[in-house]
Amino acid sequence: MVGGFRWAAMFPDEVWEHVFSFLPADADRNAAALVCRAWYRIERRSRWRVFVGNCYAVEPAAAVRRFPEVRAAAIKGKPHFADFNLVPSDWGGGAEAWVEAMVEGWPHLEELRLKRMVVSDDCLELIARCFKNFKVLSLVSCEGFSTAGLAAIAANCRNLRELDLHENEVEDNCLHWMSHFPESFASLVTLNIACLEERLVGLLHRVPQLVDLGTGKFAAQHHPELFSKLESAIAGCKNLKSLSGFWEAGPTYLPAIYSVCEGLTSLNLSYATIQGPELIKLISWCKNLQRLWVMDLIEDDGLIAVAASCKLLQELRVFPSDPYGAAQPISLTEHGLVAISAGCPMLHSVLYFCRQMTNAALLTVAKNCPNFTCFRLCIMEPHTPDYITRQPLDAGFSAIVESCKHLRRLSLSGLLTDLVFKSIGASANCLEMLSVAFAGDGDAGLHYILSGCKNLRKLEIRDCPFGDKPLLDNAAKLETMRSLWMSSCSVTLGACRQLARKMPLLNVEVINERKRGLPLELQPDNCPVEKLYIYRTVAGPRSDTPSCVWILR
Amino acid sequence: MEAAVSYVKDGGDLRDTELRLGLPGTEAPEKPAAPSTRGSKRALQEDGDMESRAKSRPLAVDCGEAPAAKTQIVGWPPIRSYRRNSFPPRKVEAEAEAEAAGLYVKVSMDGAPYLRKIDLKVYKGYKELREAIDNMFKCFTQGEVSRKEGCSSGSESAITYEDKDGDLMLVGDVPWEMFISSCRRLRIMKGCEVRCLRTRQYS
Repeated sequence: MVGGFRWAAMFPDEVWEHVFSFLPADADRNAAALVCRAWYRIERRSRWRVFVGNCYAVEPAAAVRRFPEVRAAAIKGKPHFADFNLVPSDWGGGAEAWVEAMVEGWPHLEELRLKRMVVSDDCLELIARCFKNFKVLSLVSCEGFSTAGLAAIAANCRNLRELDLHENEVEDNCLHWMSHFPESFASLVTLNIACLEERLVGLLHRVPQLVDLGTGKFAAQHHPELFSKLESAIAGCKNLKSLSGFWEAGPTYLPAIYSVCEGLTSLNLSYATIQGPELIKLISWCKNLQRLWVMDLIEDDGLIAVAASCKLLQELRVFPSDPYGAAQPISLTEHGLVAISAGCPMLHSVLYFCRQMTNAALLTVAKNCPNFTCFRLCIMEPHTPDYITRQPLDAGFSAIVESCKHLRRLSLSGLLTDLVFKSIGASANCLEMLSVAFAGDGDAGLHYILSGCKNLRKLEIRDCPFGDKPLLDNAAKLETMRSLWMSSCSVTLGACRQLARKMPLLNVEVINERKRGLPLELQPDNCPVEKLYIYRTVAGPRSDTPSCVWILR
Repeated sequence: MEAAVSYVKDGGDLRDTELRLGLPGTEAPEKPAAPSTRGSKRALQEDGDMESRAKSRPLAVDCGEAPAAKTQIVGWPPIRSYRRNSFPPRKVEAEAEAEAAGLYVKVSMDGAPYLRKIDLKVYKGYKELREAIDNMFKCFTQGEVSRKEGCSSGSESAITYEDKDGDLMLVGDVPWEMFISSCRRLRIMKGCEVRCLRTRQYS
């Protein structure tokens, strides 16, 4: 720090603001703000986009006070494992506190993106009424609202450009909420909603500039006229780049979208129970596809076809059609993954659900795709080894982290020993998020991760034999991360108490649903902890915990 | 103490090497379970690694062996709940095709100039079926005398069906599900034939 010399005063504030506007990442702006008081002051007044990765990391009022000129905010609530029902439903993540603070301090807010939060209809009404220039609403994996709240948004937000509501739990109590949209709706560019009704088709005719369209599922055989109307409406959207949602429709209705396939860069068929041959036919039209989400019904053959036709593919997600193995097995194996890795040179993000894998296949994938930024493999049966050699999959995943130097996100599965964690800790220097389940031999595994992985932000672990020692030995690391989730591991209450005492800037949340209501203070140190959620915060313990959550101090 | 560990290797069976009386292929009577002390020496040896492995995998099953009953693990596989519920187990393609196609059977009415076809899958039970058929053939029964005026007119009718054995049956006798799986065509009978059918049933 250059003491005394007021070099910041060499230029007027506006010049510095202009300079800061070139800083691409929040991390860079944060760094600039630490240089001197003048820069802190100038930076905070000129920051208009804010991202809050954990809604409990900071008080809403404090965030609003520090950055008074914000136009765009993104806030995340529940831990990721809430998506899989591992977090109690009343855990928290309510949006009211944030919406109230924003309404108070950011009246010019234009863009709000919430993820995994509980958003009430009251919140939506507040947003609709108070933000006069509101343009973008994105609610992803949220709950707590109904179509009545959406009606308020549709009726009041006349400049809405983007409405993205995918993967929410919405109560449908207001029929025709979309009829509240204005007659002439030239601004809407993104519409991603969970329903398909007559009004949507009408709306589509009024928004020919639509770039991103998502709908929910519907069974086309029960609405043949509606479907043909949809077909012509979609054909009218000449700018359509992204399509998702639809279909329990049979293959006879797929041609409805052939007209737009060539322009599509993003296609989400992960709700569609379309079989392999029809999928292949459809996807062969989509030569410009960059993102494809699909069911495993595509099978290896389908992926080989994708590898041949979609040379621009960057992101692939393959979801399981039959997660509990009740029906006939599907021919989606490691071969499909290898084919994609070989055929799609721009591929950098993969989510793949399958039932078998080999180290050899993973080594090949690692060699073919050194540019992976996100690799998530889920072999559906826990502890599944390499099905040919019967060995753990340590070698395969190690190859991935050693080859993919820019890997930011990794999910492990299959039979894994501590060796894989040694590789990850040593090689995964860009890794920001790691998901681990049913893996490892003991404490060493967790220690490798926490003592390595210098850019780790989020770590989520379930059903692994990791205990107290690596947590306590790496306590300081936890303050450099956004959060740590551990469930069904071997952590005791005593270690959590120690951790909480040692690290005042962490909220150590112990979640014991089975013992709901019993005071935690009376439990002994060796009491096992069912679920543990630790996150750094400057806001102190939150006040909205349910009875199954204790915050240790 | 750990639970009794199976010493049987994959695919092997100690009975193969067992000495006993009897021709090969004959089963010796099962011996009672070996007392724990007999195997304790081996137990002590194996326990060392078994204990550490079992401890380190509190919820695990031995590598390579699938659990006998597939119990669902909470939150696994890691998919959102709507992906779990949306899809019933996949049907065999032919079955799925048949379902999509519906169960169409011909319906004839005595005296009517043409037949109709209905999809039995669409109805939930006999009452709905009767209502639908009444509606369908309304135009052919308007001219007839109402029932109140006497049973010797041609106004009595009964819905019958031909089952998969080719027999003529009265609709309504068997449970609905059984009916729709065996019904091949429907016939609305009129007049004296109906009375004959009814008498035949009670003879």
